[in-house]
Amino acid sequence: MQDDKVKMQAYWKENLTYITILLSIWFVVSYVCGILIADPLDAMSIGGFKLGFWFANQGSEVIFVILIFVYVWLMNNLDRKYDVHED
Amino acid sequence: MGILAWTWIIVGASFALYIGIAFWAKAKSTADFYAAEQSVHPILNGMATGADWMSAASFISMAGLISFLGRDGSMYLMGWTGGYVLLAMLLAPYLRKYGKFTVPQFIGDRYYSQSARVIALCCAIFVSFTYVAGQMRGVGIVFARFLEMDINTGVIVGMALVFLYATMGGMKGITYTQVAQYVVLIIAYMIPAIFVSIMLTGNPIPQLGYGSAISAGGAQILGDASVQGKYLLDVVDGLHKDLGFAAYTSGQRPMIDVFFITIALMVGTAGLPHVIIRFFTVPKIRDARSSAGYALICIAILYTTAPAVAAFARVNFIKTLHNVEYAQAPSWFKNWEKTKLVAWKDKNGDGVMQYAKGAITDDKSANELKIDNDIIVLASPEIAKLPNWVVALVAAGGLAAALSTAAGLLLVIAAAVSHDLLKSFLTPNMTEKQELLAARIAAGVAVCIAGLFGIYPPGFVAQVVAFAFGLAAASFFPAIIMGVFNRKINVYGAMTGMIVGIVFTAGYIIWFKFMNPASYNVAANWWFGISPEGIGTVGMFLNFICAWVVSKFTPEPPMEVQELVLSLRYPGKNVPKASSH
Repeated sequence: MQDDKVKMQAYWKENLTYITILLSIWFVVSYVCGILIADPLDAMSIGGFKLGFWFANQGSEVIFVILIFVYVWLMNNLDRKYDVHED
Repeated sequence: MGILAWTWIIVGASFALYIGIAFWAKAKSTADFYAAEQSVHPILNGMATGADWMSAASFISMAGLISFLGRDGSMYLMGWTGGYVLLAMLLAPYLRKYGKFTVPQFIGDRYYSQSARVIALCCAIFVSFTYVAGQMRGVGIVFARFLEMDINTGVIVGMALVFLYATMGGMKGITYTQVAQYVVLIIAYMIPAIFVSIMLTGNPIPQLGYGSAISAGGAQILGDASVQGKYLLDVVDGLHKDLGFAAYTSGQRPMIDVFFITIALMVGTAGLPHVIIRFFTVPKIRDARSSAGYALICIAILYTTAPAVAAFARVNFIKTLHNVEYAQAPSWFKNWEKTKLVAWKDKNGDGVMQYAKGAITDDKSANELKIDNDIIVLASPEIAKLPNWVVALVAAGGLAAALSTAAGLLLVIAAAVSHDLLKSFLTPNMTEKQELLAARIAAGVAVCIAGLFGIYPPGFVAQVVAFAFGLAAASFFPAIIMGVFNRKINVYGAMTGMIVGIVFTAGYIIWFKFMNPASYNVAANWWFGISPEGIGTVGMFLNFICAWVVSKFTPEPPMEVQELVLSLRYPGKNVPKASSH
């Protein structure tokens, strides 16, 4: 029983670490690159897109999708590691 | 075959499909009615969530809105997608582990309080009704424009359809209809976008097309050989400069306001009950995570295309209308004039259309053109000279977007009434069969009220959309997040937080939107330059702070509640199957 509790706390801690890292990226691509420093970023371009404009318009959405699937992958591994993977 | 005949055929066929699905997916139990027996495949749930989420406004109006806002329009693009990251990481898996049916039920159990459940249920009903009113109106408008029917008749047809599949199938019927509706709406949105992209830039992927250079064919369509080979967005920026507008790719709104609106929209999305309950329908906890990812893919396909459609439309409008003789106006302009979505008023009497800053109604402005937001999606098949059946498909897509969102919202209302109000509060002795009947009746009544809102739209519908997001952000989101992530938050903290969040947010919106004239609702009068649309963010922070502080000074939640919280965080081999109470 006590074992379970320790395991559970470790699992939760790792989960919180993943969430913190991924949500920091989430914040940077949308709020920082797409809003706060969009104007200076606009000095650079990729193709016909100014960089800040691209982050605001498309880049953040694409990265959001990637972030969710990275989280899914990390958590599936974590579930296996702690032997709580659902069949 | 004409546009009207094609529209009847395609809209008729899509409706027949939805009705067929409704008969096939009839709900047999309350678990079926509220959560589709928790057996929906995560990819299908992702598609259903996409249709549930994307409303008539996303489909018809968003591209137009962005076309006129330029980079500031990104607050909608980011705000209405970023919430899914929060859902995947902070809400969906834990609420799925909880394994019951409604958001108010979770709040009530977690905060061991019927009053908390009642506050949550009132919020859920209010938020859903404000949202649904616009959807039913949207159905009516699509009918009116494409099928030349009376708007009210359109609303009634839409009501009858939603009534049929929502009361019969509940969540199960709604889910599978939404999957079909997603397919219809995404095809309808992408086909014209792809063709316009090919015509202007030669790139078949619209998401990349608007960052490409204008092709020779594109320059010909725009009637200006000099733009060939230039980047499309640079051309739009140049045109804006010539006309006295700020550059299309630059931001105009105060940064702090854009920042707060984006947060309010993201957090509001993650707190909207009709979005959250979609994640109760998947079989496993890990499916809840991946399903949020599939949902966001389905949504992002449209949301990354919308800014492309917006930029294409912008360059096309300015180039083919500004300084062009009315006699030479493109045919789509003349076709849509009768709908009053586009208009020309020859202020200087020279027979030439001039586009400039300011409203067409303002005689001091040199602007002679009115271009409604909605026209950008509605007229795009004609602008791209696509066959009539594509125009019909866009009509079916707009209807699919409006109907799917309406159905999802009506289910929230029905479940709040039958499950949270009747079963748990007023008449707890109901049998399963009676509860199912009550849920069907509640859904039916909700459809009728929504229809009335569609036929007699209260003048404030447009203003209250900010309400739905603001309230969801200031009430549900913090209550659920803290419910999972901080087991020490107790009933006193949660209730204080929700009440402060709601009163503050609602008060600010009412003050600026209803109690004062529109001229008062400007940046100079807002607190710290935050508009009513973004104030939900402040409400959310207040909720968090109050809940945390009050919980510090009041007794801890009972042990069994703290244990419930811990159990939510850990998948465990056996996910409890839903029970009916």
